[in-house]
Amino acid sequence: MKNENLINGVLHIADTVLILGQRNAAWCAHGPILEQDIAITNITLDLIGQARNFYQYAALLINEADNKNETEDTLAFLRTERDFKNLLICELPNGDWAQTILRQFFFSSFQQLMYQEMIKSSDNQIAAIAAKSIKETNYHVKWSSEWVIRLGDGTDESNQRMKNAIEYLWQYTGEFFIAAEYEIIDVAALKNDWLEKVKSIFDEATLSIPENTFMQTGGKTGVHTEHLGFILPEMQSLQRNFPGAEW
Amino acid sequence: MSVIDLEKAFQDKIDAEIKIEPKDWMPEAYRKTNLRQISQHAHSEIVGMLPEGNWISRAPSLKRKAILIAKVQDEAGHGLYLYSAAETLGTSRDQMVEDLNSGKAKYSSIFNYPTLTWADMGAVGWLVDGAAILNQVMLCRTSYGPYARAMVRICKEESFHQRQGFESLLVLSKGTQAQRDMCQDAINRWWWPSLMMFGPKDSESTNSDQSIKWKIKRKTNDELRQQFVDMIVEQVKLLGMTLPDPNLKWNEERKHYDFGEINWEEFWNVVKGNGPCNKQRLAARNKAHDEGAWVRAAALAYAEKRKNRLKTKAA
Repeated sequence: MKNENLINGVLHIADTVLILGQRNAAWCAHGPILEQDIAITNITLDLIGQARNFYQYAALLINEADNKNETEDTLAFLRTERDFKNLLICELPNGDWAQTILRQFFFSSFQQLMYQEMIKSSDNQIAAIAAKSIKETNYHVKWSSEWVIRLGDGTDESNQRMKNAIEYLWQYTGEFFIAAEYEIIDVAALKNDWLEKVKSIFDEATLSIPENTFMQTGGKTGVHTEHLGFILPEMQSLQRNFPGAEW
Repeated sequence: MSVIDLEKAFQDKIDAEIKIEPKDWMPEAYRKTNLRQISQHAHSEIVGMLPEGNWISRAPSLKRKAILIAKVQDEAGHGLYLYSAAETLGTSRDQMVEDLNSGKAKYSSIFNYPTLTWADMGAVGWLVDGAAILNQVMLCRTSYGPYARAMVRICKEESFHQRQGFESLLVLSKGTQAQRDMCQDAINRWWWPSLMMFGPKDSESTNSDQSIKWKIKRKTNDELRQQFVDMIVEQVKLLGMTLPDPNLKWNEERKHYDFGEINWEEFWNVVKGNGPCNKQRLAARNKAHDEGAWVRAAALAYAEKRKNRLKTKAA
């Protein structure tokens, strides 16, 4: 297919932000503090908005290449577990507030670097979506960094919960930097900057980076954790139950 | 000034349409009524997030998902403004939240009904927000300043919600047979609870007269309910759907629609805690609050440490 790598690269990002949005959305109406309920929901809305932009672009490319009739919704709601290319870290359960915060921090810090590269893309669409999204992502990084510091350097309990979250989530961060064949930017090149950012925030939060962790991979090629098989049927239920209906 | 003079001056102000502000003298009953009403209103926004939040993960398109998330988030924002307005009357938000979670404080009974299908998102927007708006538009002119100002902001967003709800039902009404059935079913289930939102009949309502004299309210429960019925009867025609009331009929003499009797036994049952979701709603609020306790403690501890460090630096 024409543009196959570009299409897959765009879908990979779209799936990643959609699935993280879907996970974060579960906090809406259930947050620990009303103001933070609003904040995480805001981030969720940004992620869903980014997903829509990427899916719309992917649909355009697919329809051009293959004379199909894809839309943002067919791509989000009618593809299956093995088609989804999201990063594994996004599909993991929310866990407690520490786990949710830490995931957001890891991911948003990566995404910020990714968008900084994508802005320079010769593909105008990619550059434009990245330019729009990075303003949102800068806020996500700031918000989640502050929470990492607050929880790491808060009480003994919050510190322990952050340590537990690090132990669980760290093994899913290696995947950020292992390129799939369709990657839009050179993700491996972002690793040092990302590690530096994490280290500086962790220092302030009195936390440390684990050593010698085995890194899980597979999301980019559609080999997921067992969680995705529950997320998709729930998310896609109306589209699956009422094929072809407009909403 | 004697209390009698103070009360007269207070009533004169109200009659002259001058807003009452937090530091003004006010009768204790005026303070209490406003505090009860504003905090109940805040609680309703917060509990109201639950039945709609219930469908975020299953919204049928990305656009609908974004709209629904934004809507539930707006409600959280409304809760914030209202808690702030209520705090000006001398009770802390923590105390109000505690009263909600312990079951002592009330919130709108409508949120004790379950959202069973996607069409309920449209019906809640159209009927529930529609009923709420009539009350809220009136409250934009309520005599207590902070409440009136909060309502002005809230009304702008609520009317947007109602239009979204109606539009979402309009799409269903033009859809497949299954979607039209879903739409009618949701209207059938939400119609009567929406009418109940206006509260007991005027003849049964204990607070009404004084509230009207103090211009906390400017219309009675029955007047608002009638206004709602007259509005919705016209709108439902655009959907090509019906309202589940065989007694609904235009009354030429009154220039209003007559409508059937509300099931008041159901109304009081839900108020007393026996609605389909009363227990689940409170349980969800308590769970969020309890599981958030360590987060709030950590935020406080960190803020305290930071303050001390800044002090040490300054010294």
